[in-house]
Amino acid sequence: MNNKASRYLAGPYVVWIVGFIVIPLLTILYYGFTSDTNAFTLSNLMEIRRWENYRPLYRALLLSAGSTIVCFLIAFPLAMILRENKFSRGSFIVFIFILPMWMNSLLRILAWQTLLERKGVINGILTTLHLPEQHLINTTAAVMIGMVYDFLPFMILPLYNALMKIDDNTINAAYDLGASFWQTLTKIILPLSVPGIVSGVTMVFVPALTTFAISNMLGGGKIYLIGNVIEQEFMQDSDWHQGSGLSLVLMIFVIVSMLIVNHFDDHKDSERGGIM
Amino acid sequence: MDKLKKFASDCYLALIVLFMYAPIATLMVLSFNSGRSRAKWSGFTTDWYLEMWADETIMAALRNTVIIAFLSALIATVLGTIAAIGINNMKSWSRNTIMSITNIPMLNADIVTGISLMLCFIAFRISLGFHTILIAHITFNLPYVILSVMPKVRQSSKDTYEAALDLGATPTQAFFKVVLPELMPGVTSGFMLAFTMSLDDFIITHFTRGAGIDTISTLVYSQVRKGISPTMYALSTVIFITVFVILIMGNYAPEWLEKKKGKAK
Amino acid sequence: MKDILIKNRRRFAAGAAGLLVIVGISAVAAGCGTTEKDIEEIPTPVANTLYVYNAGEYIDPELIDQFEEETGINVVYDVFETLEEMYPVIEAGGVIYDCVCPSDYMIEKMIENNLLQEYDPEKIPNLQYIGEDYMKMASQFDPGNKYAVPYTWGTVGILYNTRMLDELGVPYPTKWSDLWNPALKNEILMQDSVRDAFMVALKKNGYSCNTENPGELDKAMQDLIDQKPIVQAYVIDQVRDKMIGEEAAVGVIYSGEILYVQDELDGSGIDVEYCIPEEGTNLWIDAWVIPKNARNKEYAEKWIDFLCRPDVAAQNFEYITYSTPNVGAMELLDEEYLENEAVFPDTSELLKTSEFYHYLGPAGDSLYNNRWKIVKSS
Repeated sequence: MNNKASRYLAGPYVVWIVGFIVIPLLTILYYGFTSDTNAFTLSNLMEIRRWENYRPLYRALLLSAGSTIVCFLIAFPLAMILRENKFSRGSFIVFIFILPMWMNSLLRILAWQTLLERKGVINGILTTLHLPEQHLINTTAAVMIGMVYDFLPFMILPLYNALMKIDDNTINAAYDLGASFWQTLTKIILPLSVPGIVSGVTMVFVPALTTFAISNMLGGGKIYLIGNVIEQEFMQDSDWHQGSGLSLVLMIFVIVSMLIVNHFDDHKDSERGGIM
Repeated sequence: MDKLKKFASDCYLALIVLFMYAPIATLMVLSFNSGRSRAKWSGFTTDWYLEMWADETIMAALRNTVIIAFLSALIATVLGTIAAIGINNMKSWSRNTIMSITNIPMLNADIVTGISLMLCFIAFRISLGFHTILIAHITFNLPYVILSVMPKVRQSSKDTYEAALDLGATPTQAFFKVVLPELMPGVTSGFMLAFTMSLDDFIITHFTRGAGIDTISTLVYSQVRKGISPTMYALSTVIFITVFVILIMGNYAPEWLEKKKGKAK
Repeated sequence: MKDILIKNRRRFAAGAAGLLVIVGISAVAAGCGTTEKDIEEIPTPVANTLYVYNAGEYIDPELIDQFEEETGINVVYDVFETLEEMYPVIEAGGVIYDCVCPSDYMIEKMIENNLLQEYDPEKIPNLQYIGEDYMKMASQFDPGNKYAVPYTWGTVGILYNTRMLDELGVPYPTKWSDLWNPALKNEILMQDSVRDAFMVALKKNGYSCNTENPGELDKAMQDLIDQKPIVQAYVIDQVRDKMIGEEAAVGVIYSGEILYVQDELDGSGIDVEYCIPEEGTNLWIDAWVIPKNARNKEYAEKWIDFLCRPDVAAQNFEYITYSTPNVGAMELLDEEYLENEAVFPDTSELLKTSEFYHYLGPAGDSLYNNRWKIVKSS
């Protein structure tokens, strides 16, 4: 059907994306760059310079970077083991590690809340063992556990896909030529798995950076991230201009971080994101 | 040495399985706990399941979630598949433009996508409700459909379609009998992907929903603010098991059927 | 030959596009048909139907059925979670309601923004049962009692678990400043809403909870920041369940929740008590109002009249446990309830120190909101 006429098939779709992607983005741009009186202003974006706005952004950056690293440190050895055992994509073992991705993420966070709470499952077990109760929930650590737990499968899958693509012969050749395990890992395996790392990092970092639900459910309103600030601007304070301004700033951070990450990936793998 | 290594790696796998599933298992156990306490076991009951079943808000949320996931996946698949064919035949400039717009919702933070849609709906005086959630879900599903279908469209040859026409098929016949079957694997995986993305979404739904309508995700979020009732655990259990069964069937049933067929022959 | 092909294809493209639009529209229509929510949004009024908008879990559901039976009016009952969520719905008129139940300061805002219409007292004979004191209090936000019929009222105070405090060796709280006691680290539940959190800190310092004085607000903000490390969590409705589960020793709570908590704990050996802090607190009233754009003012008045009937108000009180301003209903209630000072405090004493929230306008609101963000971010 390689024909000029058939390109009109995309017509309804183009209408759709203009209506529901382009126009909404223009709307948020409009609000972000105007004041209450509809005059052009940069002050909504500059709001980020205020302490109460950049502090949550900084905290979110730290937490999301931290949980991305933890996810990587957990997922990489796992993917290596899966590879060494030659578990194929269809095998039940691999399925088990990816399955939680399909389960409602809020319910999974709820599960952690149940575990960590003051009178939660973990403290229940500690009490039964006559150990003192621990203060677990509403801490930065709790929020980070939630992030790692929620997004780990999104790191495992692309890493696994990337590692499985590496030819055994490449690795064996390295060993034959006298490379140590460490050298093989750093010189061969890691560089070859860069596309997987890149998609894994994007799929963990971006949602962790922008979340407000995890910090709310496991932080007890005490751990305030940029997502919470923006959510409050819209849902409670009804300050759309400031909220849009901060959203645009967040968008810039997302784009910049993705550009940085993508910079490492010169393969331009078509399976980016490879969810299934 | 090898045995030791094997043991260590098995332990590692087991540890991660534990990390991933222990919280879910906890919820499942608690759904059968007759007391409300999370810290102690006060006896077995299935009352929470009955209560969940009788709870109109939970049932409505469940219905909304499934209906929205199904409709949004269906519409996105139809729209996306047809669009993929069209886009493939475009000049590279317009193709690239459209593809980069397509990628926006996938790359952008959900919170920004959700807010931009909400602002747009309110600015154009579209009242928030079921339809706005549906529109939002279709929007963020479309890129997944297009990206699943696109490679198949590129692979498919134009010759078969032309041949079908030359042999007297109408374009519609040619599309459904020749083109679509070739694209089918991409279409199905696009649909599945869209369906599950929609089921799982919280952030975008949170911003585009109106008062009085909930999906499972938004219901959980509001329940958490009020104090969780064990009916939520019952609901989680039902959802986890359903997802598990569907995915097992989706992944293994075809293989299993093949094997059976093979044996029968 | 080729030309025909192209034409055919063009027709195919147009057909497919048309088909798609039809599929899309019918799917959306089908989707809309599945939720009651969207049926309401059909702008033509459904005959014989009353549209009510109330906070969640804020009525005995049996009463809705009873009203329908008695009057033959069909009730569509929707709920909101927060007043901030309710306001834009009424303002934009996306869904049109006949009767809404907001709180004092929100009613003030709605009156100020011309969103309400006056009720006709003649049509609500049971209004006579609403205590005079309460009508007088309501006139603080509804001058002349033209728009709002009080439904529930109460205070904000401190709920505490006596056993846990004994164990910690902390005296029972009597003042807001007791919530700054470092011995209560991780034992305090604060309200996660701007006005309530600031009320606590403002009252602690002896300021008005409606102040717009930046210096006073800064002091309150600093106090909230200082308090944050010992707060276990900022929550809204969870205080109730967390106190029942003994997850915290003290919590800032609405007086209407106390009976529920005490009922749940009855027989468990856990004792929780409520105190209205000495420095004074926020006094609130939730009341029924009729939006300007209501389609069925008459039905709304029937609804309000029904809820003001003593037997109905008494039954409703026993279900939702929020104090009723209905004097007629009080006569029907157990003595035990009326003697409970937490539920029915002496209003004349209270009014000396306590205040209603007032609507402060956008400028006033942002004085609070900005400082609250600083508290939450720190």
